[in-house]
Amino acid sequence: MPDHLLDVRNLSVDFHTARGTVHAVRDVSWHLDRGEVLAILGESGSGKSVSASAVLDLIDCPPGEITSGEILFDGRNLLTMSADARRQINGKRIAMIFQDPLSHLNPVYTVGWQIEETMVVHGTARDAARRETVELLRKVGLPDPEGAVEKYPHQFSGGQRQRLMIAMALALKPDVLIADEPTTALDVTVQAQILALLQSLQKETGMGLLIITHDLGVVAEIAHRVVVMNEGEIVERGSAREVYHNPQHAYTKKLISAAPGQGAMSEGGQGPEPMLSMRGVTKTYGAFHAIDDLDLDLYPNETLAIVGESGSGKSTTAKLLLRLEEADAGEAHYEGRDIFKLSPKELYEMRRDIQMVFQDPTQSLNPRMSVYKIISEAWVIHPEILPKPRWRERVAELLEQVGLEAEHMYRHPHQFSGGQRQRIAIARALALEPRIIVCDEAVSALDVSIQAQVIDLLHRLKDELNLSYIFIAHDLPVVRDFADRVLVMQKGKVVEVGPVRQIFESPREDYTRNLLAASLDPDPDVQAERRAARLEAAQ
Amino acid sequence: MKQFLGKRAVASAVSLLGLVVLVFFLSRLTGDPTDLYLPVDASVESREQFRELHGLNDPLVMQFVNYLGDLVRFDFGESIRRNEPAIDAVLRGFSWTLTLAVITMGLVTVCAITFGALAAFNVGGRFDRFATFVSLIGASAPDFWIAIVAIVLFSVNLGWLPTSGTGTVWHWVLPVAVLFIRPFGLILQVVRGSMISALQSAYVKTARAKGVGNRPIIFVHALRNAMLPVITVIGDQAAALLNGAVVVETIFGFPGVGKLMIDSILQRDFTVILAAIMVTAFAIFLMNILIDIAYAILDPRIRY
Repeated sequence: MPDHLLDVRNLSVDFHTARGTVHAVRDVSWHLDRGEVLAILGESGSGKSVSASAVLDLIDCPPGEITSGEILFDGRNLLTMSADARRQINGKRIAMIFQDPLSHLNPVYTVGWQIEETMVVHGTARDAARRETVELLRKVGLPDPEGAVEKYPHQFSGGQRQRLMIAMALALKPDVLIADEPTTALDVTVQAQILALLQSLQKETGMGLLIITHDLGVVAEIAHRVVVMNEGEIVERGSAREVYHNPQHAYTKKLISAAPGQGAMSEGGQGPEPMLSMRGVTKTYGAFHAIDDLDLDLYPNETLAIVGESGSGKSTTAKLLLRLEEADAGEAHYEGRDIFKLSPKELYEMRRDIQMVFQDPTQSLNPRMSVYKIISEAWVIHPEILPKPRWRERVAELLEQVGLEAEHMYRHPHQFSGGQRQRIAIARALALEPRIIVCDEAVSALDVSIQAQVIDLLHRLKDELNLSYIFIAHDLPVVRDFADRVLVMQKGKVVEVGPVRQIFESPREDYTRNLLAASLDPDPDVQAERRAARLEAAQ
Repeated sequence: MKQFLGKRAVASAVSLLGLVVLVFFLSRLTGDPTDLYLPVDASVESREQFRELHGLNDPLVMQFVNYLGDLVRFDFGESIRRNEPAIDAVLRGFSWTLTLAVITMGLVTVCAITFGALAAFNVGGRFDRFATFVSLIGASAPDFWIAIVAIVLFSVNLGWLPTSGTGTVWHWVLPVAVLFIRPFGLILQVVRGSMISALQSAYVKTARAKGVGNRPIIFVHALRNAMLPVITVIGDQAAALLNGAVVVETIFGFPGVGKLMIDSILQRDFTVILAAIMVTAFAIFLMNILIDIAYAILDPRIRY
C-alpha cells in the first residue's frame, strides 16, 4: 500500500450521551495526498466533520470515544501520540478553518495577535511573526493589512473574517488544510472569491486540501475526489465527475436529484391587477439607507422572490410590509388601503392576511409550547376565525396538510427535525388562513433533500389555497425552481425585476449577471466551463 | 467616553440627593438626640440650649435647607457625639473599611478566578467536585456565625490570634478571613460556570487546532471572555464590603464605617449618619465607573 500524506483507516467514533450511545462514524476510511483536493460531502448528522475533528484531536473525550481505527500522518499514527506531540502538528503541519469565522475568532484579541499566535506557539519570535502576519493578510487579499492587524474580529465583514481564518491557518505553510463548510455562511459572490482564494493558495503551496461540505456546487467547483457520507458511513467515493454523472449508491442519487436548480422554470403569467403594491418605500437606520425608494408588486397566486446579498435590504422589506418596523416614507397598497397608515385595529385585521415563516424554526417556535398550542395560539389572538371546540380538529387537519401527523400536536418542537419544524411553522402561518405568506430564508437552514420537500409543500399549498408568496432567499438555484418572478436587490435598491426565465436566462444588469455567475452548479463540468470562462475574462 | 461619564455623574448626583432626603427625614424619626445626650433630670433651659446649639429648634424643612446649604460648601456638619466634623470621623472609618475591602476583594478575586478556572477545565473531576463543594458551603455560610466560631476556635481555644481591635497584622487575619468566605464561594461559582461555556466556545476550538497548549487556552483565550459576568459579581460583592461589613466589623470591634454607622444611628448622631452614607454612596459610584471601564478594556466590542 502506498504511503499517503494523511490516511484515515477504519475509524469509528462513538458519542456517549444521556440518551445512549451514538455511533457518529463507523469504519470510515479516506486518504489525502499532497496537492489534491478531497471533499467529504454529507448532510447534517452524517458525521462528515467527525473524522476531521479526530485528525486535529478536537473531539472531547468524554463524551466522545474513538473505538477503533488509526489516523496515519506521514506514516505515524496520530491517535497513539502524546498530547504534546499532537500540539506540535496542529497548526503547524495540519491546519483548519471553520464554517462561522466570527465565533471561531476570539472576540477580545486583535486579529493580528491571533494570527501571530499560531507562529509564536510553534517557536517564531513575536516581532518576526508580526511582520509575517502583515504579509499573510496581503496575500489573502485583505485591504490595508498594516491597519487590519490592530483591529478586532467584529470590525470585519463575513468574507474578510474567513480570509483572516485562512491567513491564520496558512501562517506556517501546513501540509494539510481542513476546511469545514468554509463558505456556507457567506454570500454567493463572496463564496466564489473564497473558493478561488483557497484554490490558488492550494496550487501555490501544494498542500492537501480537505473540504467538508453539504453543497454539491462547492464539490463541483473545487474538489478532485469526493467521499459521500450518510448516517456515519461512507456510501460512495470517486472523482467528483464520476460521482456526479454516475452515482452508484441510492443515497448519492437522491442527493444529486434533490439539488435545486434543475427543474423547469415557471412560465406563469401574472394576473391583471397586483394585490399588493409598494411604492417609493424608504427606510434608514441613522445614516444607513436600508431601503431606498423601493417599488414592489405582488400579483394574486404568484411567488415573488427577492434575492440579493446580505445587507441588500431583503429582510427589511419584509419587516416593513408586516409593520414589524415602520417605514420612513412610501406607501404599501393592499385591498385599497395603505398598510403603512393603518390604525392598530385595522393592522390587526391585516395581519391575518399576511403571515411570515422565518429562517430558523428552532428559534421562531417557542420551545415550551406544544405544537397544538403553537398553532392554536393564532386563534386565541383572532378568535373570530374558529370557535374553540373545533380547534383540535383543525390543528390535526393543518398538520396533515403540511405532511405531518395529527398526533404530533401533543409534542414539543425539540422532538422534531429541522424540516419538520419548518412544516410546523408553515402550519402555524396557515392557521390564520392568510392570502400572502412571507418566507424569509425559510429553507436556507435545511439540508438539500429536506429543502426540496419543503419547497414541494409550498408549491402544493400555493395551488390548493390560492396563496401568494414573497420568497426571500440568497440561494439562486432554489429561487430558479420556485419563483414566478424575481426582484433583485442591492444596497436597498431594486436592481431589476422580471419573470424568472428572463432574470436567469437574459439578465439585464451587470449585478444580476455577476450574482448568477458566482452561484455554483452541482455539475463539475459546468463549473469547469465557468472557471475557464472566468480565466479567459481575466486575461 | 466623556459623555458617558458625564451622564453617569448626573444620574448618580440625582440618586445621591434622593438618598440624602430619605435618610435625613428617616433618621429624625429615631427621636430627639437631646433625650440621649442630656441627663434625664436636665433643666428645660439646658435642653433648650442644646437644641439651639445643634439647630434642632428650627422647623424640619428649615433644618434640611440649612443642611443642604452647608453641603454645597462641603460642610457636612459637626458630630454631636464626637465634637469633631462629621466628615473627619467618617473618612477615618472609611479608610479602615476601604483597606479591609481592598485586601479581602484582592484575595477573593485572585483565588476565586484561579480555582474557578481550573475547576472548569476538568468538569466533574476530583478538583472540580472539591472546589464546588467548598464554594457552595462558603456561599451559604452565615458570616456572623463563622466570625463567632472563628473567635472561639482561634482566639479563645488556640490563642493564636487576637479577638478584636486593630494594631498588628494579626488583628487583620480573622476579619479578612471571615469576609473572604462568602464572596469567594459566590465568585468561584460564577467563574466556573462562565469558564465552562467559554471553554466550549468555537474560538477555543480554533486555538486547539492551532496547537495552543492547555494553560494559555484557559488563562489567555477563555478567561478574558469569561470575565465579563464575573466582574459584575465582583463589583456587587465589593459594594457590600464598602458599605461596611456591619456585622463582622461589630463582632471584631473593627473601627470601620459600618460600625461607625451603627453606632451613630444608636446615638442619633444625624450628621455622621448622613456623611457616612454619602461617602459610601460616592465610593460605590466610583466603583461602578471602574467596572464599566474594566468592561470596555476587557471586551473591545463594548464602547461608550
